[in-house]
Amino acid sequence: MRHGRYPFIVGFLAAPVLLYVVFVVSPYIQAFYISLTNWKGISANPQFIGLENYSNLLNDEVFWAAVRHHGVLLLVMPLVTIVIALFFSFLLNVGGGQRGGQMAGVWGSKVYRVIFFLPQVLAVAIVGALFQAIYRPDETGVINGLLGKVGIDPVGWLIDPNIALLAIIAVMVWQAVGFYVVLFSAGMSTIPKDVFEAAALDGAGRFTLFFKITLPLLWDTMQVAWVYLGIAAFDAFALVQVLSVDRGGPDNSTTVLPLEIWRTAFSFSKFGYASAMGVALFFMTITFAALTLRVTRRERIEF
Amino acid sequence: MSNSAGTPGAITRRQMIRRIGLTALIAGPGAGLLSACATSGGSAPAASAAPSAGGAVSAANPFGVVANAPLEVVIFKGGLGDSYATEVHEPLYKKAFPQAQVKHVATQKIAQTLQPRFAGGDVPDMIANSGSDNIDNGALQQEGQLMDLTELWDAPSIDDPSKKVRDTVAPGTVESGLISGKPYLLNYVLSGYGLWYDSALFEKNGWTPPKTFEEFKAFCETAKAAGIVPFAYAGQNASYYAYWMILISAAKIEGNQFLIDVDNLVDGVWKRDSIKQSAAAWAEIGNKYMDKSFEGLIHTDVQTRQNQGKIALYPSGSWLENEQKSQTPAEFKYALTPTPSVTAADKMPFEAIRTTAGEAYIVPSKAKNPRGGLEYLRIMLSKEGAKGFTETSKNMTVVTGAADGLALSPGNASLTAVQAAAGSNVITYSSFENWYKEFETELRKQTNALMFGRISADEFCDKMQKAADKTKADSSITKQNRTV
Repeated sequence: MRHGRYPFIVGFLAAPVLLYVVFVVSPYIQAFYISLTNWKGISANPQFIGLENYSNLLNDEVFWAAVRHHGVLLLVMPLVTIVIALFFSFLLNVGGGQRGGQMAGVWGSKVYRVIFFLPQVLAVAIVGALFQAIYRPDETGVINGLLGKVGIDPVGWLIDPNIALLAIIAVMVWQAVGFYVVLFSAGMSTIPKDVFEAAALDGAGRFTLFFKITLPLLWDTMQVAWVYLGIAAFDAFALVQVLSVDRGGPDNSTTVLPLEIWRTAFSFSKFGYASAMGVALFFMTITFAALTLRVTRRERIEF
Repeated sequence: MSNSAGTPGAITRRQMIRRIGLTALIAGPGAGLLSACATSGGSAPAASAAPSAGGAVSAANPFGVVANAPLEVVIFKGGLGDSYATEVHEPLYKKAFPQAQVKHVATQKIAQTLQPRFAGGDVPDMIANSGSDNIDNGALQQEGQLMDLTELWDAPSIDDPSKKVRDTVAPGTVESGLISGKPYLLNYVLSGYGLWYDSALFEKNGWTPPKTFEEFKAFCETAKAAGIVPFAYAGQNASYYAYWMILISAAKIEGNQFLIDVDNLVDGVWKRDSIKQSAAAWAEIGNKYMDKSFEGLIHTDVQTRQNQGKIALYPSGSWLENEQKSQTPAEFKYALTPTPSVTAADKMPFEAIRTTAGEAYIVPSKAKNPRGGLEYLRIMLSKEGAKGFTETSKNMTVVTGAADGLALSPGNASLTAVQAAAGSNVITYSSFENWYKEFETELRKQTNALMFGRISADEFCDKMQKAADKTKADSSITKQNRTV
């Protein structure tokens, strides 16, 4: 067996590496080159224009609006999602206290688990269409219809520039929470039951159980969640495209980089400039991932 | 192959035949590959090769179409549907060239479908380049991807060979399709733009469409009192319906030169009194009488509400009636009225109406059968083709007299009446929508901000002037110019 090991490994690796190079690495490299040209995406005769696209980016109001929105998304979306998901998964797994000598979730936790996970299996397009109806700005909207019943005037969820982005973030959180409930539940189930039992015997309440035991032992899982959610915060394309006024409006208040890249490339036929935005986005994403992994690095607790 | 290669002297008859077969098998696709490479490189456009390889030029076949060359037609399947192509134009082409195969492609996403094909050099022969995801005609022209249609306009008309095609269409049609001074676009559909209303509802309430902005405001109060939203458009995806009205009003105040100057990015054009007055007048209507929630609705939402009698006046073009036909109750009768006059000193009277040739049809210059594409357009411009179009899509075409004798829908009858009243007071087209997409996007954005009260008319004009200046200064955008 031993002498056949390398061909075996190479045989397995070659195809995926080749596919990865052709479909992932080479487009990235091409994007770097295209960002230095004024390619219009129609004929194959781009002209090299150096860093002009990048210097234009510095003065591009819409680009900076999009970058700011990623900042907001990055702060709010992962944080809210993780807090809600942690809370729910704690309730589902440990929150019910001791039952028959075992830690258990609150009553009906199995049903809740399914309900929480449901949004995750819906396609983004469906979620978009759903929330169009939910957020509709007059009394025919689901939320505004309910508000109307208690005498509150309709709220322009997506048409008020001050709350439009938050309304879209809420949809992202709604869709993501289910997945992270499952992820954290899996994390919690790897924590030995006797740790909880011992703590409970020592008189720890649910509050202490959560902060002193669950949270520290879940740190690795949370780190993964944070990176995933952070990367999702750099996307948000589909929801903004479907939900927002005039794709990214009103007044640029919801626009995100992937949307601007798409628009610049396919509507304005400026593939070079769009690639420059893409390269900027690429660096933002990897900087974020590297920073997160570094900042959250902690000693592992072995058990 | 390997066993026969070793014994060259002993080739049997059977092997010989097999070899010839193999050569043909390999050479066939190989030649195809080679030619594909040549076209995608862009150095040998099929257009230049076509006449030599093509059919004979004759009176009936002025472009020398190869009778058996396949034709690929891509149709934007939007408000006009695509049955006009499958049921009228394509059969007419088949009739003229029975050996030709016509491939029909219908899509709502022209750019997404065709952009990669343009980049790769595999382009269809005729494209109805419309919809909100159309491919940028200006960029296509700059890259040499569009066929100059001069030949088409100078060709003899199918109905009367003594006339040129250009003399059989509404005045301004050829000009509306100019890019860099040459006709590249066939704008086929004749649309009237203005405020659309239900004449039955107006009759029932004893209302008449307002002729001045003073009357407009008074009308708004009346309609509001009757529980009907006086004026509305959809901000989510159709803010351009509103900027059309603003531009039309500015053109009424100042004359068509305003629209020409906007297209030519003339310095300070957005700071003129005409556009300031127009923007202020429309913003007042928007702020006072349009519900804020309309910014979050899409055009079909708002149009359906008009069909339900909840909205009085709606800005749009004459495709509206056909677009809404499944939602329109039987008693609802679409009618068109020109935009009200802003000042008493307007250069053009209230009756002036914007009718333009719209919906661009193009022939890619690097298509495999561009001659066929040109002939297809000539067939569209025949009376039979145009009449069939009006029958299937319920829209008028630029072909003069093609709809004569057809029973017109209420909306089209109203358009004809309004056109007659306007006489020569015709407000022209805008080309920036085709030329400067980025600028147009900014105008959509700022129109919503203006109409929903987030910026003043002055701020609107400032921002648009800035956007125009930016477009003018952008070296990556080729500047266009129009004189008429």
